[in-house]
Amino acid sequence: MRRNSETSKGIDSLLLWLYILLCLVGIISIFATTYSEGDDITRSFLSFKTDYSKQAFFFLASIIIGTAIILTDSKFFTATANLWYVFGIILLLLVFPFHSNIKGTESIIRFGNSFQLQPIQLCIVFTNLALAKYISRAETNFSNTKSQMIAAVLVLTPAVLAIMQKETGLALVYFSFFLVMFREGLPGFVLVIGFSLAVLVVATLLIDRTILAGILTGIAILVIYLLRRQIKRHRSLLYMVMGVWLVCVVIQFFAVPLIFDKALKPYQVKRIYDTIGKEYIPKDEAARADIEKNTVSKKTGDNYNVRQSKIAIGSGGLTGKGLLKGTQTRYAFVPEQRTDFIFCTIGEGFGFVGSVIFILLYLSLLMRIVTIAERQRSVFSRCYAYGVASVLFFHIAINLCMTIGLAPVIGIPLPFVSYGGLSLVTFSAMIFILLRLDKDRQMVLR
Amino acid sequence: MSVFNQSRQNVLRFIFGITFLIIVIRLSVLQVFSDEYKLQAMDNAVFKKVVYPDRGIIFDRNGKPVLNNTIIYDLTVTPYEVKGIDTSYLCSLLSIDTAEFRTRIVTAIIKNGRYRSSVFEGLLSLEMQAKLEENIWRFPGFNLIERPIRTYPYKAGAHLLGDIGEVDTSIIRRSNYFYQMGDFVGRSGMEQYYESVLMGQRGVQHLVRDNKNRIQGAWEDGRYDTSAIAGRNLHTYLDVELQQLAEKLMMNKVGSVVAIDPKTGGILAMVSGPVIDPNDLTGTMRQKNYAKLQLDVSAPLMNRATRGLYEPGSTFKPVGGLVALDLGVITPSFGMSCGGAYYGCSKVIRCEHSNPGHASNIRLALANSCNSYFCHIYRLMLDNNKDKNTKKGYDRWKEYMNAFGWGEKLGIDLPNELAGNIPDTTLYNKVYRNQWNSCTNVTLGIGQDKMQVTPVQLANAMCVIANKGYYYIPHFVEKIENETLKDTLLNKFREKHEALTHIPNEAYEAIHAGMQDVVESGTARSARIPGIAICAKTGTAEKYTVLDGKRIKLPNNSMFVCFAPRENPRIAIAVAVENAGFGSTWAAPIASILIEKYLTDSIRTERQKDVERISGANLMPSYLKRKQFVADSTRAYYWFNLRKDSSYIRNFLKGYRAKTEDVKQNKATITANTDKNKPQQSNVEGLAVAYTTDTKKYLRRRNEEKF
Repeated sequence: MRRNSETSKGIDSLLLWLYILLCLVGIISIFATTYSEGDDITRSFLSFKTDYSKQAFFFLASIIIGTAIILTDSKFFTATANLWYVFGIILLLLVFPFHSNIKGTESIIRFGNSFQLQPIQLCIVFTNLALAKYISRAETNFSNTKSQMIAAVLVLTPAVLAIMQKETGLALVYFSFFLVMFREGLPGFVLVIGFSLAVLVVATLLIDRTILAGILTGIAILVIYLLRRQIKRHRSLLYMVMGVWLVCVVIQFFAVPLIFDKALKPYQVKRIYDTIGKEYIPKDEAARADIEKNTVSKKTGDNYNVRQSKIAIGSGGLTGKGLLKGTQTRYAFVPEQRTDFIFCTIGEGFGFVGSVIFILLYLSLLMRIVTIAERQRSVFSRCYAYGVASVLFFHIAINLCMTIGLAPVIGIPLPFVSYGGLSLVTFSAMIFILLRLDKDRQMVLR
Repeated sequence: MSVFNQSRQNVLRFIFGITFLIIVIRLSVLQVFSDEYKLQAMDNAVFKKVVYPDRGIIFDRNGKPVLNNTIIYDLTVTPYEVKGIDTSYLCSLLSIDTAEFRTRIVTAIIKNGRYRSSVFEGLLSLEMQAKLEENIWRFPGFNLIERPIRTYPYKAGAHLLGDIGEVDTSIIRRSNYFYQMGDFVGRSGMEQYYESVLMGQRGVQHLVRDNKNRIQGAWEDGRYDTSAIAGRNLHTYLDVELQQLAEKLMMNKVGSVVAIDPKTGGILAMVSGPVIDPNDLTGTMRQKNYAKLQLDVSAPLMNRATRGLYEPGSTFKPVGGLVALDLGVITPSFGMSCGGAYYGCSKVIRCEHSNPGHASNIRLALANSCNSYFCHIYRLMLDNNKDKNTKKGYDRWKEYMNAFGWGEKLGIDLPNELAGNIPDTTLYNKVYRNQWNSCTNVTLGIGQDKMQVTPVQLANAMCVIANKGYYYIPHFVEKIENETLKDTLLNKFREKHEALTHIPNEAYEAIHAGMQDVVESGTARSARIPGIAICAKTGTAEKYTVLDGKRIKLPNNSMFVCFAPRENPRIAIAVAVENAGFGSTWAAPIASILIEKYLTDSIRTERQKDVERISGANLMPSYLKRKQFVADSTRAYYWFNLRKDSSYIRNFLKGYRAKTEDVKQNKATITANTDKNKPQQSNVEGLAVAYTTDTKKYLRRRNEEKF
């Protein structure tokens, strides 16, 4: 970027440099996993045949697209936000007839052999824009429930479509927009309820459902006993407690088993079970076949990916084995290590110190985005910035937790670092749009 | 509103921070506070390849290698790499069919997986290896892997050299996990005794492998690798030509020959018959032969030199005479009259001679092998004046026997040596309820009764007599290559045992003279060699065995002991040939030929005839055939009972019917053994009735009949 020219004025250089740094770390990591001894580095870089040269190419492409974004007017995004959203939804609908079946997902459209498009990824940007647009409308009062519901529908429509396309992982990303809504006035208890639901679901998996129902009943009775004085005064409190208890029991007793049986695929269920450390017994032959098909290595069954990933990261030690010296990542012990498990390379190569520095890079990126968000005059820019932060946060957190065995393996890439042209371009575009909006932070965009 | 919600940014920042903190804590647990994953990573990616050292070589006294290392090849297969090969061509090379090919590939996959190589055809014969080597490029995924094995260029010394085999779990446990699966270890003979010297030191190569177990190169540039150190060689006293000759002479005979250099205790030759070719038990031949030899009732795998127990018979007489002289119960000129038998006790002991004066002194008594004389002096020893108590006398006599190395393990450098048997007084006390005297076991005086010695012990006694009192523990190894102070293995063999040097020279001279007369004019005239003063003693020990429930008398064991020359002895020999008759017929010429070979380094042409006669003679006891039949059918029936699978019986019967004719022919020779009441078994029922003996019983019986 030409620093002193008119175009670069007002661009947040810290954010930009963090972004570039992360992208470079990504290229180096991919290089470290795919490089084999004796390769001519310059030539393979120029031939664009290896993964790292492809990634470098996509990085350059992202920079070019980014420059183009910087050069557009910031009003363009507010003006076209809804259009983009509609466009995204149409793309998503087009997936149904035209998808090609790759690795168990039905969300990818292929053009020829080399290029493939996953609209659900692009849609994250569009949804972010549309949400920002909706909240920033003059006529929207986000403190009333109706507009909150509308915003939720806006956000969850692509997620539902994604689930229908059997891409649960990315569908979950859309839930991160609730963080934006929370910032804009969504009552805090919604998040708390969401969190409690998650706890309830996990508890359902861990504990036998009749026992859990008993425990819940016990808690309800205890609460009623403790609140007996208040209940004497306000009868409605009793009904509320009873209502909560009823909802909880219904969820854990009927809803969760139903979801696990019908909505999720056996291999996904198994991965969730693996994460919480419980044995999953497939209920029939078809389910078992599905698990076998989707488990990368049959030799050790279960959570082979996670185990190998943990071994790779754990063997890094305090300071790591050094670049290109990691035996686990270099010799392909970790499946999917260029994409979803790219963090293994960093963990093994640079150890705890390197990993913490890497994580701090991400944290500072997120904090910077929040800072940027808060300095916007326009609600649109702020909402958009929070959207970017939330989406990135969700990706980073889930991906890292996945590699260290804290979250189930759902195919979510690590932003800027994982191999994948589309995901890099998408995340870059998000960052550059943010930079463009931030450049005009004194303007009030509608 | 935005002002109202601004504080919520802190909530979000807090959520971000907490999440990342959790991740960092988890990372610190994984990376800093846990070693488990580092070990697992090593297991994953680092392949410790064990580099096996060459085992040490064993040389004879002239520096000729008695055994050597050679390399043979295994054909291995990596199923994953096998693509588009000409299966039928490979099958024709290996002479297997395609169905067999497929099952072997499937077995390989089940055993070791697709990406690791497993043995497809082990231990290729030379011609097959040559054929495959030319064509191996046609078969991707197939490799020839070298594997060192032992060869025996002189085809001699199977029993003393022993064999090597893969370690089993019990060896690994006993070695405190020093050995690992796949190691080769000496399983018998010198290979086992000198394992620590011969084995060398394993090297370890650290190699990096990928997720499909393919080797990718050295780990950390081989910083932690250790190289293999070859095993050290052994230089032995063995004379391999003498050994070959002895083995030739012992062909088709059951028995043993041991030749020792009395001055050093070094074993020059050691044979156990039936003789086996050590090459039959290495490499490709092993599988074919081992089971067969193992099941043979003549026990060809047993080293009779250290594990064969024999009544010494008359060969005991020089020892008995020497002890009597030392105890002072007789003088060299002591004589007695013998009329062809010893009547001193209630049972009559026959003597081969009846002419008067054949036992008028110890020299003549030895030369004529007078039973009466030695029974008499045995009784004199036990009832001597010093002890005034037969039992004390017996203890004293036993001490002498132990001094000769009898009744105790000698400590020879071969594993699993037997101690022989010189019974304690407690045994006689128990058997005869304390009521026994020198008459009870008077035949001990002529080397019978419960006395049993191994051929090595017999030869060692000859060394003692030849050396006039001292001996070294018989052993093979003269020196270990690059011997250091840490090698304590050989220390006990360099220690001089002055067991009987207190016996006066005259006593030895008298015994020597008598033993020389045995060759010059006595029972072993066939052993005479012009120009060499040989001292010897023949022996004939009676043998009985139990066959088909009857105790039968077998032909006598032919025993012979000798040393030569009389002055400054260089070789002492003990020969035992089972069920061959008189000691002078077979055992004496064998020893004589060996002496001639060793001392003159050649055999006279007129002696060659003898060599051919003896080596051509088949003295395998005829009862063995019957015994083999009984053992095989018992086993077949045992397996049939165990598995309820009549194929064991059927397979056996198939072989049996073919042999029936053979058995009928031999009927005449084994009439004593055949039970007249029961006809030869010709059907399964008959078999079942005749041999329902369980194996325990059968084995016990086998143990009782010592070969």
